[in-house]
Amino acid sequence: MAFISSGFNPDKPLENRITDIGPRDFNEFYPPVIARNKGKWLYHEIIEPGVLVHVSETGEEVYTVRVGAARLMSGTLIREICDIADKHCDGHLRFTTRNNIEFMVDSKDKVAPLKADLASRKFPGGSFKFPIGGTGCGVTNIVHTQGWLHCHTPASDASGTVKATMDVLFKDFQDMRLPAQLRVSMACCLNMCGAVHCSDIAILGYHRKPPKMDHEYLDKLCEIPLAIAACPTAAIKPKKITLDSGAIVNSIDVNQDRCMYCGNCYTMCPSLPLADTEGDGIVLMAGGKVSNRISAPKFSKVVVAFIENDMPRWPKMTQTISRMVEAYASGARKYERFGDWAERIGWERFFEKCEIEFTHHLIDDFRDHAYHTWRQTTQFKF
Amino acid sequence: MKFKHATPLLDQLESGPWPSFVSDMKLEAEFRAKNEQGIDFQIPSDTVEDLLGILELSYKHGRTHWKHGGIVGVFGYGGGVIGRYCDQPENFPGVQAFHTVRVNQPSGKYYTTDYLRKLMDIWQLRGSGITNMHGATGDIIFLGTTTPQLEEIFYELTHNVNQDLGGSGSNLRTPADCLGSSRCEYACYDTNALCYFLTQTYQDELHRPAFPYKFKFKMDGCPNCCVASIARSDMAFVGTWKDEIRIDQEAVQAYIGGEIPANGGAFKGSRDWGPFDIQKEVIDLCPTECMWMEGKTLKIDNKECTRCMHCINAMPRALRVGKDTGLSILVGAKAPIVDGAQMGTLLAPFVEVKPEEDYSAVTEVIENIWNWWMEEGKNRERLGELIIRQGFQKALEVCNITPQPCHVEYPRTNPYIFWKEEEVPGGWVNDIEEYRKHHLR
Repeated sequence: MAFISSGFNPDKPLENRITDIGPRDFNEFYPPVIARNKGKWLYHEIIEPGVLVHVSETGEEVYTVRVGAARLMSGTLIREICDIADKHCDGHLRFTTRNNIEFMVDSKDKVAPLKADLASRKFPGGSFKFPIGGTGCGVTNIVHTQGWLHCHTPASDASGTVKATMDVLFKDFQDMRLPAQLRVSMACCLNMCGAVHCSDIAILGYHRKPPKMDHEYLDKLCEIPLAIAACPTAAIKPKKITLDSGAIVNSIDVNQDRCMYCGNCYTMCPSLPLADTEGDGIVLMAGGKVSNRISAPKFSKVVVAFIENDMPRWPKMTQTISRMVEAYASGARKYERFGDWAERIGWERFFEKCEIEFTHHLIDDFRDHAYHTWRQTTQFKF
Repeated sequence: MKFKHATPLLDQLESGPWPSFVSDMKLEAEFRAKNEQGIDFQIPSDTVEDLLGILELSYKHGRTHWKHGGIVGVFGYGGGVIGRYCDQPENFPGVQAFHTVRVNQPSGKYYTTDYLRKLMDIWQLRGSGITNMHGATGDIIFLGTTTPQLEEIFYELTHNVNQDLGGSGSNLRTPADCLGSSRCEYACYDTNALCYFLTQTYQDELHRPAFPYKFKFKMDGCPNCCVASIARSDMAFVGTWKDEIRIDQEAVQAYIGGEIPANGGAFKGSRDWGPFDIQKEVIDLCPTECMWMEGKTLKIDNKECTRCMHCINAMPRALRVGKDTGLSILVGAKAPIVDGAQMGTLLAPFVEVKPEEDYSAVTEVIENIWNWWMEEGKNRERLGELIIRQGFQKALEVCNITPQPCHVEYPRTNPYIFWKEEEVPGGWVNDIEEYRKHHLR
């Protein structure tokens, strides 16, 4: 391969340099019907799962067909998406916050051909390329992080756990039978780049072993005070270590009983990796939400403290999620979010109905967050 | 096509209905191997095959094979590129260096195909062709290129596509928004415009790390919070209104009569919930109990409404948000690292959104908060953690916002109250000798 220059001259890096121009102006990208009716929308309706209509006070309508996507997306697939948008949508499309693609058309008669085209496209392996759904009182796409595909701190894979889960929940992606929307999210370590801590159901990659200490390299690669300061439980202290060679080096010591494996020290110091085949796995959280609708936004609660990584399909994890969804679907009232249902029936019943074992790991013991979660009443259920 | 590495575990993720990322990666690997267009790939042509190979190894080991860190970037920027190297370079040379480039997405994530194709022209030539659409913060993520390509990618992006990088590191992260008034009748302000304005205004903060840690802006057009601003941004801009919910009484009757489906059609699935019952589904579920029927007229005591959105969501053709709209600013939300998860706390109950005044009411709050956090925040301390350490009163004080009951869930339950010296008559200067004249030792 021969190097192709863009025009950048490394000898004169500032020559013709353009910086700080920001993203392109969104106005360049609106479909014409959106540009014409912005701020004038009167109401919307979900016609069927995955298909919406928005009606403007000008009388114009925009029909949206929403499809799921794997988030990880190749240039080849993006070009196919562009071909579809050129054919049906005059070269416009948008993505949603939850990694869906939305194809918009300005009249109803354009919907059926678009739907048929999308539904007909499959990968050679058999999965849909553009499954229609993700609206209303169903399950929409899972937001997630990088996992083993591209990150240095994950305790699990993201794309794989999401694929396994969405295959199991696929009917609910294409249906709207649930009492309210159900949002599932995935983050592959406690850093929660995907911020899953307020989701109806959250899949969280989690380490369970203290960091491995690479004493020989630690002082060369790390600022020891930064690693010490990074620890939320003050489990790290400086220590001189004698190597097998007899050399004495500056390093650290970890009070292992105090470590809760958050990985913050590893972020500050590459010589403290946590990844471990047996130690790593999945935590399931449930009952969070971000909407202010009816009840206040709330955090997800840990309902399963650990499930081992069981590649490639994590069956124990997906079965537990399925049980939670089914218990919610049959037990909750219309409009009731997952967490509101759990709180109404009480956590005693929640664990019973979802057939999840309650263990001591589910009682909070982290600082004063913990105190507010303990039961301080005799109002409990047998 | 036979691939470079066998991937028996990953291959199992090709079946099932949900789009398979494995199948998609294989398509890209084939595209590169066949290279029917004769592209002079600037990173190894088998890079995607090696990516599949190293991921398969992680599935076998149950551990990641990406190394920690790698300081790379483009000249003059401290963010936008994340260095990434694998720990098995000999077995997977195509992903030995596999850096991420964050490209700042346009507001609302609207695209033209022409623009997306231009991005892919760059990325399939100079990178792996694999992307995330989109990353959790919102950027278009280009996954996998080598160090010599970084400046070339940046040059082509800025010169040929008029497009900049996003944020990473201890700086302002790429702001993100819901689609707002562009296609949503609930939007109380133009989220696309505010997101674009703040992104452009704070380019320096986006690209040159000067903060104690990351800082995220997110804009939601209404309290439904579709981009989860309230839970995952250091500063959340949530649209709201001050006046009355607009009612179309005829449409209310149409909902009662079953002519319009409830909740915008969100229940049109396989389950039959029976006929719509306005008393049970709207009036009784109102958290403030501020709604009732008088004959055929729906009444709302708007002064008691907390704008939770339920009635509007349930009957979008009958009820609309008010006309006196603006936004609430909440601060301090974050995921658990370092001190536990935090939800956004209400700081500014109502801010007018005035693009004609360069959103000065919004930028004033931002800059006051930043000045305080940059002065007082410790290394890797998020704004929410500083607020806990120094107290919420301090946040109100630096923003010149008058404390009001809406700032608390309930007033303090402990009377360990700190007073400022100037708040107590006579201050804290005391005279022990004068005291002893009346109180023996």
